[in-house]
Amino acid sequence: MTDTTANAHFFDHGGDAHGHHHDADHKPGFFARWFMSTNHKDIGTLYLIFAITAGIIGGAISGMMRAELMEPGIQYLPHWAHMWGQPAGNDAALHLWNVLITAHGLIMVFFMVMPAMIGGFGNWFVPIMIGAPDMAFPRMNNISFWLIIPAFLLLLGSTFVPGGTGDGAGTGWTVYAPLSTSGSAGPAVDMAILALHLAGASSILGAVNFITTIFNMRAPGMTLHKMPLFAWSVLVTAFLLLLALPVLAAAITMLLTDRNFGTTFFDASGGGDPILYQHLFWFFGHPEVYIMILPGFGMISHIIATFSKKPVFGYLGMAYAMVAIGVVGFVVWAHHMYTTGLDVNTKMYFTAATMVIAVPTGIKIFSWIATMWGGSIDFKTPMVWAIGFIFMFTVGGVTGVVLSNGGIDNYYQDTYYVVAHFHYVLSLGAVFSLFAGFYYWFPKMSGRMYSELLGHLHFWGFFIGVNVLFFPMHFLGRQGMPRRYPDYPDAFEKWNHIATIGYMIMAASMVIFFVNILYALFAGKKAPANPWGEGATTLEWTLPSPPPYHQFETLPVIEGGDHH
Amino acid sequence: MKSLKSLGFAALIAAMTLGGAVSAQAPAATPATASPTATATTPDSGQAPATATTQDSTAPAAAAPGGATATAAPAAAAKIPEFNKPVPGIGQPTDAISLQPQFTDIGLFAQRFDTALIYIITIICLVVLALLGWVIVRYNRRANPTPSRTSHNTIIEIVWTVAPVLILLCIAVPSIKLLARQYSTPKADLTVKVIGHQWYWSYQYPDNGDFEVVSNILTDAQDKAKGEPRQLGVDARMVVPVDSVIKIITTSDDVIHSFAVPAFWTKMDAVPGRLNETWFKVNKTGLYYGQCSELCGARHGYMPIAVDVVTREQFAQWVAANGGTMPGAAKPASSDATANSPISNPTATTASPEPGAGASTTATENSTAAATPASQGATTN
Repeated sequence: MTDTTANAHFFDHGGDAHGHHHDADHKPGFFARWFMSTNHKDIGTLYLIFAITAGIIGGAISGMMRAELMEPGIQYLPHWAHMWGQPAGNDAALHLWNVLITAHGLIMVFFMVMPAMIGGFGNWFVPIMIGAPDMAFPRMNNISFWLIIPAFLLLLGSTFVPGGTGDGAGTGWTVYAPLSTSGSAGPAVDMAILALHLAGASSILGAVNFITTIFNMRAPGMTLHKMPLFAWSVLVTAFLLLLALPVLAAAITMLLTDRNFGTTFFDASGGGDPILYQHLFWFFGHPEVYIMILPGFGMISHIIATFSKKPVFGYLGMAYAMVAIGVVGFVVWAHHMYTTGLDVNTKMYFTAATMVIAVPTGIKIFSWIATMWGGSIDFKTPMVWAIGFIFMFTVGGVTGVVLSNGGIDNYYQDTYYVVAHFHYVLSLGAVFSLFAGFYYWFPKMSGRMYSELLGHLHFWGFFIGVNVLFFPMHFLGRQGMPRRYPDYPDAFEKWNHIATIGYMIMAASMVIFFVNILYALFAGKKAPANPWGEGATTLEWTLPSPPPYHQFETLPVIEGGDHH
Repeated sequence: MKSLKSLGFAALIAAMTLGGAVSAQAPAATPATASPTATATTPDSGQAPATATTQDSTAPAAAAPGGATATAAPAAAAKIPEFNKPVPGIGQPTDAISLQPQFTDIGLFAQRFDTALIYIITIICLVVLALLGWVIVRYNRRANPTPSRTSHNTIIEIVWTVAPVLILLCIAVPSIKLLARQYSTPKADLTVKVIGHQWYWSYQYPDNGDFEVVSNILTDAQDKAKGEPRQLGVDARMVVPVDSVIKIITTSDDVIHSFAVPAFWTKMDAVPGRLNETWFKVNKTGLYYGQCSELCGARHGYMPIAVDVVTREQFAQWVAANGGTMPGAAKPASSDATANSPISNPTATTASPEPGAGASTTATENSTAAATPASQGATTN
């Protein structure tokens, strides 16, 4: 990856001196620029702002959940329900709990991680990295972003309308039938489903755009095997989106017709089957977890290489490991369903197939370490996040190997062990990679340097916080605490209490993060074109910071075929 | 958040006070325990009157005293015996970091497998941590100012591809064995049909005259009075004999629930319109708890499972108290309980627009029509 673009200085856009090279570019006025944008960098910025906003909301919801779980018994839910205008009573309060877990899951998956990774960093850097002036379909890019706004509003709005035992959709992010059909009267679940439809349409359009861009708009000389790994990761992710999201769309459309038009796809009394919904959902849902982590893999590869001042170790292995993860990710879905009454042979197959994913994942972990091996590592903020990612993702990955065993899941299914596992790969995996990428590219995107001190403080606060938050959940799961419970037997108090303290540490570190952003934007040093030195070899570092409104009016030529 | 917290705290105190007041009257109002309304936990205890106005709780609240207690209870007025007392650390969670102790052969086997997995994954994590530590110490900017340009090493790449494959093969063999053991049901000594409802469990005993036990959560005060762990105690336990193969058939009345008992290594979803089968054979008498393990609506967290594992003699005694018969004895008079089997008529729930209403109605039917469920009310306190 890095070597392939080592000759990027060949074309003459690079260097600080060219900071105002493109001043001739006509930037449209505020409204046209931000609301009718066709510029991949502006759209990327919009996505990032959106993702941060959604992340604050989703994170605040998890704070509410941790507050309620800090002590056994119900402390806050009735009052929150009352403030929300719910009727008094047990069920409305407990329904609110289900609304919170549902909203937290959907927001973090569809409105935080995906927009940030693919919409934000993908839009910003895929065109630049492959030497393209913009995305293939700039207007479609715009509608991809603007579809996600009404999607988010629909989801938030669903909390104001009835959803069964109270207002809002309380089905869990998986929206399992029949809880989501006959079990949730009222329009809330319909609104949540339509939100997913819109978010899905947005992602499908984005995926089409990325695939077209990457296949057709690479700069002369940039073959697929010379393409930076982040572009590879987004390419694989785009294929996963393109193949998985229509299945989700189909499944939730069937939910809609079951709910409103008398069909019985998921209703046994009419010849349907609730388990069919789970198959359809997880056929989407499992590739979805790789959609959330693959772009992170790409970013981590760049960051590790940059700050080790070494080319990525085993470039081809890294690229094809992602392809392998993407392919195998489509044939392991039923490991989410081990206790639904699957046939034993089916369970054996899914156990074995799921374990296979550990092999390409292991290749990536070891290749990152090998990239650092022999390097000259500079522990800038993005690098400490990346190293944190490698270790935390390993921890989340190995508990995944435990959970891949169908027989083991008779114990762990739907316990906090699962919650711990997927937060280690998401909250400590995907989110770590997001922060790593954010700090890595912030100078490029904003033209300002952030504070290294605050960046490191943020890292350590977040690292300690999330570990204190999520590691005890393994213990809770091993003692059998089920997921999605607002109250629990008193024996679970100790670790729940500690987990909530971890949340507080994490939340405090996020204050540092926002202070750092504000500091950088208003008082940060001006960023040079390449603040990271010789290790940063991809094309974005050849452009000024921030890049001109339109880059690569003359396409860069990638030379040198001697490396992969 | 701070104001919320103090608000919450004040209300908690209020709720507890009210809860205490309610519990003081609880013995007098025993029949109420038969209805889901009585599943009230801390917040609801204070708000019970308000809840009673919602549709799903009115039906059972009104029906239960007349149905379950007034008509059915006299038929089998004998007190339904409870045999085992809760033992801390056995069949219930602690704040330990280990698995709950296992009391089935499958569970013991799986626990050993799990322990082996813990060792394997801990070693893997430590290896990765050690490698990271080494590169941080040895290859930082100061220790190694000149980076190498190495980006390939075929042998090491083959090693780190093949080594995980071998480790996974070592994991896969016992894993497949565990699945096979769980699957091969020995000849069942007893079949229990476990039916999930919003939000309680019922247990049918087709081998013993097909009586049904309806099992509701106890209030916090009742848990305390009976010495049961909060959130886990139920008014009518599922009772099975020790050292016997118990075949469990799960299904549901409304939405998907999941029947789970960690100490047996057992978890099986209860899916409306489907019959799922699993089994366990418990090695030791005792009281073992579990909790519903699939999100099933508002009171998902309030439908615990309590399995009283007893001697065969005690089991026969319990069956008799429920008006059932032991296999080989004469056929029971009450066969109409099957007519109420939720799976035979799933439309009753799914067609209902009100999620709670269908379930509660069925619950009432079950507890009134099944000749036996004197199990209700009478058992409590």
